[in-house]
This record gives sequence, structure tokens and C-alpha cells, in this order.
Amino acid sequence: MKAEFDIPVITHYPQTPAIQVDAMVHSQPFVAKPDIQEPLGFPGELVEDWHDKAIDKMGELLGKYRSLQVFMDACVKCGACTDKCHYYLGTADPKNMPVARQDLMRKVYRRYFTFAGKHFPKLVGAVDLTEEVLDDWYKYYHQCSECRRCSVYCPYGIDTAEITMAGREILASVGVGQKYSNEIIGKVFKIGNNLGLPEPALVDTLEGLEEEVKEDTDVDVRFPVDQKGADILLVTPSADFFAEPHVDGLIGYAKVFHQAGISWTLSSHASEAANFGLFIGSQGNMQRVAMRIREAALELGVKRIVVGECGHAWRVAYSYWNTLIGPFDFLDPNYPAPQHICESTYDLIQQGALKFNKEENDDKVVTFHDSCNVSRASRMGNMPGGQYVIPRALIKASCNHFVDMRQETIHEGTFCCGGGGGLLTDDLVELRVKGALPRMQALHEVIEENEVTHMAAICAICKSQFTKVLPYYDLGMDMIISVHQLVGDALELGVER
Amino acid sequence: MPAYPSPQVASKVYVLVSRLKGIAVFVVSYLYAALFYLATAVLIVGVGRRILLYSRTPAPLKIPTTPAPTSTPGVVARMFREVVFFESLFKSNKWTWLFGWAFHFGLLLALLRHLRYFTDPVWSWVAFIQSAGVYAGYAMVFGLVGLWIRRLAVDRVRYISAPSDHLMLALILGIAGSGLLMKYVWHTDVVALKTYMLGLMSLQIKQLPADPMLLIHLALVICLMIIFPISKLLHAPGLFFSPTRNQADNPRERRHMPTNA
Repeated sequence: MKAEFDIPVITHYPQTPAIQVDAMVHSQPFVAKPDIQEPLGFPGELVEDWHDKAIDKMGELLGKYRSLQVFMDACVKCGACTDKCHYYLGTADPKNMPVARQDLMRKVYRRYFTFAGKHFPKLVGAVDLTEEVLDDWYKYYHQCSECRRCSVYCPYGIDTAEITMAGREILASVGVGQKYSNEIIGKVFKIGNNLGLPEPALVDTLEGLEEEVKEDTDVDVRFPVDQKGADILLVTPSADFFAEPHVDGLIGYAKVFHQAGISWTLSSHASEAANFGLFIGSQGNMQRVAMRIREAALELGVKRIVVGECGHAWRVAYSYWNTLIGPFDFLDPNYPAPQHICESTYDLIQQGALKFNKEENDDKVVTFHDSCNVSRASRMGNMPGGQYVIPRALIKASCNHFVDMRQETIHEGTFCCGGGGGLLTDDLVELRVKGALPRMQALHEVIEENEVTHMAAICAICKSQFTKVLPYYDLGMDMIISVHQLVGDALELGVER
Repeated sequence: MPAYPSPQVASKVYVLVSRLKGIAVFVVSYLYAALFYLATAVLIVGVGRRILLYSRTPAPLKIPTTPAPTSTPGVVARMFREVVFFESLFKSNKWTWLFGWAFHFGLLLALLRHLRYFTDPVWSWVAFIQSAGVYAGYAMVFGLVGLWIRRLAVDRVRYISAPSDHLMLALILGIAGSGLLMKYVWHTDVVALKTYMLGLMSLQIKQLPADPMLLIHLALVICLMIIFPISKLLHAPGLFFSPTRNQADNPRERRHMPTNA
């Protein structure tokens, strides 16, 4: 694959590079134009009194989020996080070390909000908020995928994602928003999903899928939209509607519902599980995006809400929905609200409602990529760590050949795919390729040792990211698949339950 | 021929010197008393205000780093492992963990050992740990030197270090070092010291044994107390307020609606 930058060489994990100052100083995403900024309630361009506005906003956020206030104070610069970020490991730029990324804000915090920084700035490394500092914020708060890996290893639980989110919110509030994320949020407000797929196109796509499945299996598997009175509202990332490998996951969900005899529906009003309000740290926008789902559930009169394979969407759904758009007292209390598609399928398997012909997947040796937001910001099932057990149980139920990657690169130590947190855009492709390095190293190991052919994931961003970056590492883009593709391919349709 | 002072002059000089010494001890005793009262006030008020700020700042969303306990007893257990064993740091880096843990538990033991200067009669368990407390000083020095070497030798840690990060290590190393020197090289009058400390606690200024090493030791401790609420030493109260560690993972079961949000 040709590229305008050096593709990292895969060596054995772990590989911690020596620091290379400013190695990624050239990397930044496109800035949002006024027509993208304004519908989200942000100024169109850099405001004149940006300095004072930014400091005011920082003060406001410090008073609003205990996380930010405590994290600004608590860091002792012990260095525990310095070799934990995939972007540092892939780029060697020291500002991609979690603590250094935090310090971009902390040094300004100290200057304006602490005694030591006000009176002895040099001593404690405090600086004024200058245009250069603001530039650094824009660059390096868009080289963090908010994956929380650093927060696992920090002795005080400092989560750089919280600081990145605050940084992006301050930037957006003075007029410097990120085009990719903010444009997508605008599309959700206007059309209902990230891809800007309008209702007729959605209906058309789903009809096409019904025909495709009929052709493949000779079974009438339905993909209903806006069906009032259905038991389940399925909210899934809009990538599932047409792109490979996502769509095979959607086919898998539909087959499971069909076989279990469950009535379900999609919604054209809430045809998107993703919520980029999370990425830009804007609780207001996050709530506004999520509210469409509550509205759709009430409108359609469903009993359950199930969320499709999407990492950050599951974080928002699992951790925030109850607070932002709850309570869910109108749903069936016998099911968790919301429920992950993997939880729902897992329960059906436990009940014996699904039968599998695992030989269907015998051409594959599968490994599983834990998605960051599922692994470190949510749960599945009723015990901590269920988010690791349940997806693997689905894979093992539908495949004969499964192996895990190296222990420190899975479960809570999993590496981000390199494209999360609002960075899945072509203007950041160098960052994305380099950030994927630790995962590629771990994958490479199981390819060599266990002849792994496929890596399954439960996140639309992971799937898109790997489709894009695998070829840079001379691996096939079709290695990455949906967990529910494996489930759907092995599921015996039409047999007696 | 050497000029010896006459006995009369010598005795006058002797009286003068001992008077001056008396005045110096008097001044030093009062100066350190004033500084101790000031430092104690700064420490208590400063940290108290910070704790109040942390507790009043809302945590509007559920952000525990998962997998996390699903109940309050589970959270207490997680916090206990974090505070006592430095669980997360152990996952991260064994060297930093070893040095950090040795330093902090040396410090704890040393602090407890010092309770003998503030209690009369000395509590039996404080008396019991006296001999182990000596090794605490070595553990502190071992940990601090290890952390400092890391800070200087590892390029990543050197990059993130500000002058204050080095000074903080120097300060605490100074405290531990001067303490050990007093124990083994330049002893001080610990009985007089105890009388002074007990006096301070009942608002009476007694005579402080004005040995240089003790004065250095106490001055550094006073510095540390004053710096505590305006420095990274706030990591100590901060940990207890860290939402990624102190929240239970139960957002579906219980609607998170913080009253102060």
C-alpha cells in the first residue's frame, strides 16, 4: 500500500519507542466551517475574545465535572501511563503520552486556577493560554481516541478521555470545532443518522437485504422499519445498513430475531445508535442525539430497546441513557434497559432457542478484538467482565476455531483500533494507521502462531477502521468481521426450536 | 606571647555567650512554634477546602473504569486495594510500583512512629512499632531514590517532569535523610523535643533543642505541610474522589441522578 508517511514495521509486542519530539505535530483534522458549527450551538469561527472565553469555559467545566477538577490536581507525573497509549506507541510523539496530553490543559489550569501556577509558573510548568497552546490543543486532543486505556493503569484513575472531551468542548465553544464529528452530529439532527441516509433509502436498503437473505437461505427473514407494537426497537449504527462487513452483522441480528420468533423493528426517526456528542464532550448535544431514541421507542410502543454492535454507542446507551433520556419505566422490566444485541443473543442461546451448525465457519480461525468503550466504559450481563465473556461465548457457539490475542492486549487492556473517538476520518489517516500498530502486533502474533484468519469485533468504528488500515500492514481488509456475521452464518434457520 | 583573656573577661564572655544562646533558643522555639501553628492551619484549611470543592463538584455521568464493582461494598473493596496495594500502578509498571509502595508505606510507618513525640504516655502499639519504624526511614530513601532515578533516566518520565517534581523529591528525601542522620549520627535531645511538642499541643511554648539537624528536619516538614494543599500532593485526597474508581457500575439498575448536578 502506498502512503505519504512511513508505515510502522510490525515487531513483537510490546515495543516502547524512544520519544521523538513533534513527530506528529503536523497532524490535525479539518476545522468545521460555520454552517457545521452553528446548528450545534457553537460559534462559526474563532471568536475575537477567545482567550477569555476559553478560560471562562474551562472554569465552567471545572465546576461542572468532578472528574476534570480532581484529574487536574491529582497527577503526580509518575509516568505509569506513558507507555500505555496506542498513539504514543505508534507515533513516538511525547505529547501522545496520556500525561503529556493532559498537561497541555493542566499547565493552563495551573496558570489561571492555582496559587502555585499564578505566582510561580516556571516552577510548576504553568503557561499562559496562547495561540500556540490552543493549536496544540486542537492537534493533540484530536490524537486521542478517548479509549480509556490509560485510566486502567493510573494509580488515581485519571481518565485522559475526560480531559480530551473537555479540551474539545472548550475549542468548539470558542469556534474551533472538528469538521468530521460536528458534521455528523448535524446529520443526525437533520436526517436521523450519521450517514445522512433518508427514510426511503433506508426502506429500500432493507428490502434489498430481505431479498438477499431469501436468495441465500430460502427463508423469509424480515427487516422491519417503523413497525408499531413490535417487541423490540433495534438501534444500530447506520454503517450496518450497507457497508461490508457491518451489514453482515445486521443480517445476523435479523436471523437471530427471526429464528427466536421475536418481533422487532428499526426506526427511521432514530436510525442511528452512534452518538458523536460523546466524542466532542458536549453533554447537551449527546442528550439531544439520544433523545430521538426515547421518542422513537415511545412512538412505536415497544417493550424493549436493543442496541446493535457499536462500541461508543453502547457506552452512551449503557452508562448514560438512563440519566439522559430515562427513566425507562415504559419498557418491560424483565429485560435490562437498554440491552446489547450480544446479551440478547446470549440469553437466547442459554435458553436453547438457537441451534448452530458450527462447521459453517470451519474455514475460519477467529480472534476477537475487544472494543475500547465496551471493555472499559460499560458492561454486559450481570457480572463485571461480562462484556468480555458474552461476545466470546457467541463466537464459540458459532465457530470451532477461536483463539485470543496476548493477554495484555485484550479485555481491560485492549488497544483501541486507532480510529475511535471521532478520528475515523481520512484527514487523519496517518494517525489511524500508526495508532493501529499495537493491535496489529498482537494480531500478527496469532496469525503466525495460530494461523488466525479473521478478527471479529462488535463496533462499527473498529470495523471501518480495520477495513481501512489492515491493507497498510499487508493484511486483507476482509479479515475483520462482525460477531453477528459468525452467528448468522452458523445459525440453523427454519429448524424446529 | 599569646594573649589570653583575663579570667574576669573570660567569665564575662561566657555569660554573654550563654545569654545570647538563651535568646537564640528562645527565638527559635517561638519561631518554630509560630511556623508549626501556621503550617498546621494551612494544611487543615487548605486540604479541607479542597475536599469541600471536590465533594461539591457534581459528577453528572457514570464513568467508572470497567470492569467495576456493581455495589457499594465492592467499591469500598476496590478503593481499599487501590489505597493499600496501589492495584492500578501494579498493573502498570512493577518498578514504579515497588519504589512508590516502599516510599509510601515507609512514610506511613515513620509517621506512626513519630506519634511517640505527641502522646504521653505513648500508646502501646506505637511503642510496639518503634523498632520496625527505623527501617521505614530506609524504605523511604530507597523508594525516593528509585523514583528519582526513573524520573531522570527514563526519557518519557524526564519529558513530563517540571522543576517542582524534582524539588518535591528533594524535599521529602531531605526530611527522610535528616531524620536518619539524627537517629544515627547527630542525636538530638528527644526528651526535650517531646516536651516541646506536647507543649505546642497545649499552647505552651517550651524550649526546643536547637540542634542544626533537628531544625533542618522540622523546617522541611513545615515546608511540606504548607505546600501540601497547593501541589500535586493533593493526589492523596484526590484518589478518594476519582469517579473512575469510586463509582459503582450499576447505571441500568439505578438511575444516576446526582442531586448536585
